[in-house]
Order: sequence, then structure tokens, then C-alpha cells
Amino acid sequence: METTAPPGPSAAPPFPQPRACPYQPPPAYEQLGAQGPLSRVSLFDGRVVWFVTGYPEARQLLADPRISADRQRPDYPAVAPRFQAEVAKRLVLIGMDPPAHDEHRRLLNPDFSRKRVASLRPVVQAIVDDHVDRMLRTGPPADLVRDFALPVPSRVISEVLGLPHEDLEFFQDASRRLLQATTGPESQEAGRELIGYLDALATRRRTEPGPGLIGRLAREEVATGRLSHADLVQIALVILVAGHETTASTIALGAITLLDHPEQLARMQAEPDTVPAVVEEILRCVAVTDLAGVRVATADIPVAGQVIRAGEGVLLSATMANRDGRVHQDPQAFDAGRTGRRQLSFGYGIHQCLGQSLARLELEIAFSTLFTRIPTLRLTVPADRLPTRPPGSGTVQGVNEMPVTW
Amino acid sequence: MSADGPADALVTADREACIGAAQCAYSAPAVFDQDEDGYVLVRDPHPGPHEWDALREAVDLCPVQAIRLSGTADGA
Repeated sequence: METTAPPGPSAAPPFPQPRACPYQPPPAYEQLGAQGPLSRVSLFDGRVVWFVTGYPEARQLLADPRISADRQRPDYPAVAPRFQAEVAKRLVLIGMDPPAHDEHRRLLNPDFSRKRVASLRPVVQAIVDDHVDRMLRTGPPADLVRDFALPVPSRVISEVLGLPHEDLEFFQDASRRLLQATTGPESQEAGRELIGYLDALATRRRTEPGPGLIGRLAREEVATGRLSHADLVQIALVILVAGHETTASTIALGAITLLDHPEQLARMQAEPDTVPAVVEEILRCVAVTDLAGVRVATADIPVAGQVIRAGEGVLLSATMANRDGRVHQDPQAFDAGRTGRRQLSFGYGIHQCLGQSLARLELEIAFSTLFTRIPTLRLTVPADRLPTRPPGSGTVQGVNEMPVTW
Repeated sequence: MSADGPADALVTADREACIGAAQCAYSAPAVFDQDEDGYVLVRDPHPGPHEWDALREAVDLCPVQAIRLSGTADGA
């Protein structure tokens, strides 16, 4: 086994860097990817961590039990200052290792099974139709982020969680403020309001019947002592954040990608059977979370002729692994004709996205309905002028606004 | 990408390892399904050779390597 001396920070460009095109990697990541499957980047606090751009190498590491997702470990890397806040460190499901992770995942899997998701199809279709109706009634123009991409997933999550209808307006407003906040205090305030709300609802549901995930877990798991009330509130918040921002951004950036590829959009409009393949290619290209995982090695791990040492941070780049030339031909091209579904946008290993079946359903219905009912939809400003997330907010990609007409 | 699988293919899935990602049911819906709790069910443990490509995709994409394929031909 060959080992290499770690390169100094001069060889490690800063991470994260902004995308120029909303569905393509920044040029600096492309350069790193061209050097090999493993390279190094520097984080805001000066720490140098591994940057994994190869698809098989990223999969190997994400499946390795010697790699930890535990955000409470002192050596866990923070990719943005806000992740250093104590409140960000105890993150159920996403930021935990087995066995706690596995216990929570087991509790949640039934709510995201294919059967449960299939039963939501008419609900999701009605929500999407409702928002298209409103756009057609009040526009053109419209803001596709405000009027469609953000509210659709928020309504779907409120169904999954089982929120009362009279709370929808508060929930949508607070979720939007949480995700679109441009300052730390703004996002903290919205987060506090949502936690307070979910806390009160989870308390009420212990004794009062109610639908959805919160009702079921409150009665079956919290009331019987198998799950703590605090963990239920955390679980609800994690599902909200993980399922809302990612889906909303994929709808917005996916629509931009389709509008940039009118031939493939026309084919999707003419052949509804191709929508699932279009969604897979959008997931591969857009990779809204940018990273398939942030991890720390708990032992020395050999990979691709190098050794990741215990205690070293590891960023797994979905954006780059999805464009591995060893896996995909012409990997930069948006091509809905691809097969094999090899992409890491939902991650890999035990943490692979819990809600991926629901996400696929939402995306399929959102794109097919939007472009069938508003076939002439188009942006009123060039895609590269759309306001993106403020630098330093993290790695989730997205646009804050998307003015459209038809 | 066409491949003829063995006539005696045997498909098994490790339900203890399964995390309910449903990749297999997307890749090969004639062979795999999920139970009410979201865990893998092998609907057809002896699928015909025409399922081989879909099965190999299912094995490849399972995030926890919970699916095993066996048969006398390599199907490559």
C-alpha cells in the first residue's frame, strides 16, 4: 500500500466555491477532479480535508463503517461557520452513527415506503395542480421559486408530518423564512418558531388523535417510552429541512436545466413515459446538496492508493462523483437518455436519503404538470443572473428567485 | 448492455441490512418490492434471463449491498 505526504494548504483550494452555471460544478472542482479521485480542499477555518471526486471511491468510503457522520465528534469538519453552533451539532438521523441512527431510521422507514409514497400520488398531484392554477390565475408573470418550488414541497411535508390545515400558512411562512434567511439571526428566529410549533403539536398528539408521522410516533413510540419527546421534535424538524430545501431547489434548478435544453424538454412534453429518466438526469446534474456526505475517518482507510488517516475530514462530492468520466460518457452533458441511475445525489451507504421515493414522485409530478399545463413557460432573465444563496451559508445550491412568464 | 442471464438465477436479499432505500424496486420492479414497513421483499427469487440487466443494476445500486445474485452463467 502506497502512502503520500499530505500536500500543504497551498495545494488545497478553498471549499465551498460558487457555481457559475447553476447545474454545473465550479471550474476549480473540475480541476481537482481532473487530478484524480482524491484531492484536498481548505475549509473556512483553515482546516485541510480530503475532497473525493471519484464515484467508486466516494461509494467505497460512504459504505465504510470506519467513517463517521457524528457531528458531535470534536474532529467532525464544519463546512460553514453556522455548523459550528452547538445547536447544529446534535442532528438526529443525518448527523449520527449506528446504533442511534439505525433506531431512528427504523421508526421512519414505514412513512417513506413505496406503498405509502404511492398512496400520496393523488395528494401530491392536487397540491401541484393547485399551485399551477394559482400561477395561471394571477400571472404572467410569476416567481417560480415563491409561487411553486418552495410551497409545493412544504405542503407535501405538512401532509407527511400530519399538520392541521389551519396551521399551513404559519408553517409555510416559517419554513420559507428558515430556508431563505440571509442572516444568522433571521434563520435562528424562524428555526425557534418552528421548533416551538412542532414541540407543541407533538405534545398534543400524544393524547389527541391525529394523522401523519408526528401523530403515529407520538402515540406509538413517545407515549410508550421508546422514543423521547425531544427526539421526535428533532426528527420532525430534520424531515422538514431535509425534505423541503432539497426538493424545492431541485424543482427550481431542474426547471432551469430543462429550459436550457429545449429539445429534451420538448421530448419530455411529447413523451410522458420519459419523465422518470428526465428526473434521474436532473438529480445527477443538479446535485443540490453538492456533497453526498461530510465525514471523519475513525481509523486509517486505504483508498485509491492513498491512506486517509484516522481523524482526517472527508468531503464526498456528489457534484463531481456524478460526473466521473469512468462511469458516464460525456459526463458534463445533460442527457436524459442515460441509463444505470449511477449518481450520489441521495448519498450512499446507511445514510442514503430516507425520502428519495417521495422526492422522485414530487419531482416527476412537478415537472410533468408544470410543463404540460404551462408549455411556453420561460425565464425573463438569463439563468446566470438569478440571485443565488449568500456565500458562506453552506453547500446547498439554489436560487432565491426565478422570474418567469409564458 | 444486453445480457443473457443464467436460467437458474437465484436472488436473495438481506432484510436485516436493508435500509428501505427502494433502489432495487426501482431497478427491477418485477423482482423486488417493499413490505408495509419499507423493507425489501423478493417477489420472484428465480427471475428469467430477461431480468438480468435490471438485476445487476439493483445489485450495483443497493446502498448497503443487501442483494445477492447467483447462477451458473456469468451473464456478462
